[in-house]
Amino acid sequence: MRRIAFAGAVVAIGAFTLLPFLWFVSASWKSATEINSIPPVLWPSFHWDHYRAAIAEHGLLHYIANSVIVATATTLLSIAIAALAGFALARFRLPWGRFYLMLLLALSMFPQIAIAGPIWRLLNFLGWLNSYQGIVAAYIALSLPFAVWILATFFQELPYDIEEAALIDGCSRWQALRLVVLPLAAPGLFTAAILVFIHAWNEFFFALIILTYPARQTLPVGIALFPGEYTMPWGEIAAASTIATLPLVALTLIFQRRIVQGLSAGAVKG
Amino acid sequence: MLREKKSEGTIASLTVDKLSKTFAGREILKELSFQVADGEFCVLLGPSGCGKTTLLRIVAGLETASGGTVSIGTARVDALAPRDRDVAFVFQNYALYPHMTVFDNLGFSLRLHGVPKKEIHARVTEVAQMLEIGHQLDHKPQQLSGGQRQRVALGRAIVRRPKLFLFDEPLSNLDATLRTNMRVELARLHGRLRSTMLYVTHDQAEAMTLGEKIIVLDRGEIQQSGAPGEIYHRPMNLFVAGFVGQPQMNFIEGRLDGHGKLHTEAGVEFDLFSTVGGRAAPDSQLTVGIRPEDLRRCASTDARFAGTAEFVEDLGSDCFVHLDCGGLKLVARLPAQDPIKLGQRIDLNVDPERVHLFHQKRRIDLT
Amino acid sequence: MKRYHEPVWQFLSPSLVVVGVFSLYPIFESFRLSFYRMILTLPWLGQKFVGWRNYADLISDPVALSSFTTSALFVAVTTPIEVLLGLGMALVLNESFRGRGWLRAVVLIPWAVPTVVASQMWRFIFNDRYGVFNYLLFGDATQFYWAPLAEPGLALMSIMIADVWKTSAFAALIILAGLQGIPHELYEAVNVDGASAWQKFRHITLPLIKPALLLALLFRTIDALKVFDLVFVMTQGGPADSTNVLQFYGYKKSFAEGMIGYGSAIAVAVFLVSLLLSLLYIRLLGAGLLRKERAA
Repeated sequence: MRRIAFAGAVVAIGAFTLLPFLWFVSASWKSATEINSIPPVLWPSFHWDHYRAAIAEHGLLHYIANSVIVATATTLLSIAIAALAGFALARFRLPWGRFYLMLLLALSMFPQIAIAGPIWRLLNFLGWLNSYQGIVAAYIALSLPFAVWILATFFQELPYDIEEAALIDGCSRWQALRLVVLPLAAPGLFTAAILVFIHAWNEFFFALIILTYPARQTLPVGIALFPGEYTMPWGEIAAASTIATLPLVALTLIFQRRIVQGLSAGAVKG
Repeated sequence: MLREKKSEGTIASLTVDKLSKTFAGREILKELSFQVADGEFCVLLGPSGCGKTTLLRIVAGLETASGGTVSIGTARVDALAPRDRDVAFVFQNYALYPHMTVFDNLGFSLRLHGVPKKEIHARVTEVAQMLEIGHQLDHKPQQLSGGQRQRVALGRAIVRRPKLFLFDEPLSNLDATLRTNMRVELARLHGRLRSTMLYVTHDQAEAMTLGEKIIVLDRGEIQQSGAPGEIYHRPMNLFVAGFVGQPQMNFIEGRLDGHGKLHTEAGVEFDLFSTVGGRAAPDSQLTVGIRPEDLRRCASTDARFAGTAEFVEDLGSDCFVHLDCGGLKLVARLPAQDPIKLGQRIDLNVDPERVHLFHQKRRIDLT
Repeated sequence: MKRYHEPVWQFLSPSLVVVGVFSLYPIFESFRLSFYRMILTLPWLGQKFVGWRNYADLISDPVALSSFTTSALFVAVTTPIEVLLGLGMALVLNESFRGRGWLRAVVLIPWAVPTVVASQMWRFIFNDRYGVFNYLLFGDATQFYWAPLAEPGLALMSIMIADVWKTSAFAALIILAGLQGIPHELYEAVNVDGASAWQKFRHITLPLIKPALLLALLFRTIDALKVFDLVFVMTQGGPADSTNVLQFYGYKKSFAEGMIGYGSAIAVAVFLVSLLLSLLYIRLLGAGLLRKERAA
């Protein structure tokens, strides 16, 4: 009896999670009439027209390119900065280290609106609106708190005596970091990178206010602002959404163990 | 090539002057001062928590002291980073670089100092062969056994030819046989290299075997410092007497009367007038210390101690008998060829010259 | 005693600069801007210092007040639901069964999907003419179909459903971490005593995951205040301001209408609420961590 109830729970959770998503994705392959029909057509006729339209008429590819550039740049820079900070906080026993971590934690909780206006004005002043550097700078700031937390926790758990051996052998702190710690920290860095990448790829609020020229907009903005006045082109929206989501779903499925570890470590430890 | 000592001509003595360390309100080291001569093997011996590892780490530069100085040779080093002190450290858990091969582990320091590749290769292979790990050079640390990892840790230090070798209980993670073998090897190594070595351990057998000089520490203070023989045969206080020597020295409390006779709880008396004389006030409380090996079997007429064997430890080479002498518990080391049965009555005597006397925990000399 | 210097500043300065310029400075600047009246995109019109007037307007602004209540309602409803669902998911994921890895990966999909995509997805499902939500309720009888996103009562509910779908997994992960910290021996000991599943849950599981539950609750509460993407795509704050949550209202005022002064006042208000909750969280976290260590 218990087994059946458990199996039922597993199925229910799977269904609750997947069905809405699959329903939407399947619309990308349905013809317009199939989409609009009542009763709903379950099995799509697999025509690729919506994808073609999304790419050709709605410029999906350039949104993808922008998202790739922005997310990648954010990830590389953010991880580099966070690794340095996390390492220093874990190793240098600073009296204000704990305070800095708590500050970062507090900062990560503030709603975007609290800083959006001034950031817009700042970027405007620098001439960085609608530029890659502007949005990447904002994204780095957004992702630093959790990246530093994850990496600081991670570095703290690396055995310290190996680093001490390196210091005695002749390494400066920089050399110890580069030659000994980073190779060992690769898994943690990788996990943090995945989380930063997904966060940057999905971010919408700042992309919306900073990137107003379509030429520079990222995927979330493109999908949110998908044109459609009287009838929504659901097929195209679904197609664009599927393409936007595919890399992330793939990343998640492949690295789910790491992602779960990273998220709960970051959350549970702090 | 290895007979060629470190940086030629430099004196690598170690001088520690009034070193103190306080952490979280606790005094870990209390103004310690000592010297290790150039080329000497010095052991820091003490129970856990006595501060010996902290002391070692301060000398290495891995921790900072709260006060005092550390000098290697004539130069003060306490403001220098570890990498500038020219010391090598052998960690308790070996601390090998897991992502590097044994070869790279051994040669890492040389690489950092810009030593040419050919020389690195030569030095590393020489040391590896000396330590019998030459065939492991391509392996990673995970593939090695504990004993082999130990040697790599050792090799890493030797390759550098530093002024000073620092050892942090390097043998404590090894099993007993390996430990005894490595002890001998370390002693031989020192004989070959003649480098200054500071070795931390809580194992007094290790200290006695390896040390040319032993510094006994307890609770951040030096209890006694000297050659192994001195530490063993003339312990300066109760702590050293009890800490060094296995099994532990027998301690008997007693009271000295006005006639130079010491009355102990067991009703045993020692006539000490000729030796103690007027040095200890009458009615003073003294502690008598007798090492198990100084108790000998004798005829019952000569016996100072008589008791029944409660427990016998027959180790094959030695026999330790735990006796109950009318309430007084003693341990005696008797020849193994003389089998003892439980409950057997044993009569023991001791040569008065071999008796240690302590007043208020400090040694009283009997001559 | 002299000490050699660790290169502390070299390591920390990049993060300090970024955080200082893009996180700390903007918060103070928002405070400052809230005392002015100006148009964001027309800086040449100048800024007029108006003191506390923006705040006075805020208090008497019915839309602002309703957005406070809307946000509060949103938080109050979604958070408990998400934590409960998260608890259920975590309990299932804690058991070992074939396909557990798959289920865990599947459960992460809503988290991985961009929120705007999830928003479009739910918009599609809630469509008033061919949305599957209506079909499940009314079948072929299209004349009865609702327009959930166009009805003041239903719109907020639709957004809540979308949010629950998107973020329950996060709560599940936090609680799962707590569950995995419970030593097996406790359950084994109780098994020997013959306890039922419910008793085990009530007397062992529940008390020991209290810290994790608390964490999940607080994380979700603070995140719920930040909801924006869903509102922007699905309802644009309407109908009739029924889904006009705080962050969206602030966005509308500052960026859609350009009233950055007033928008900053809203921003400061939201920030203070958030700050209060964050401090509460950090304090409870400190205590919670201690409890966790004692249990472990």
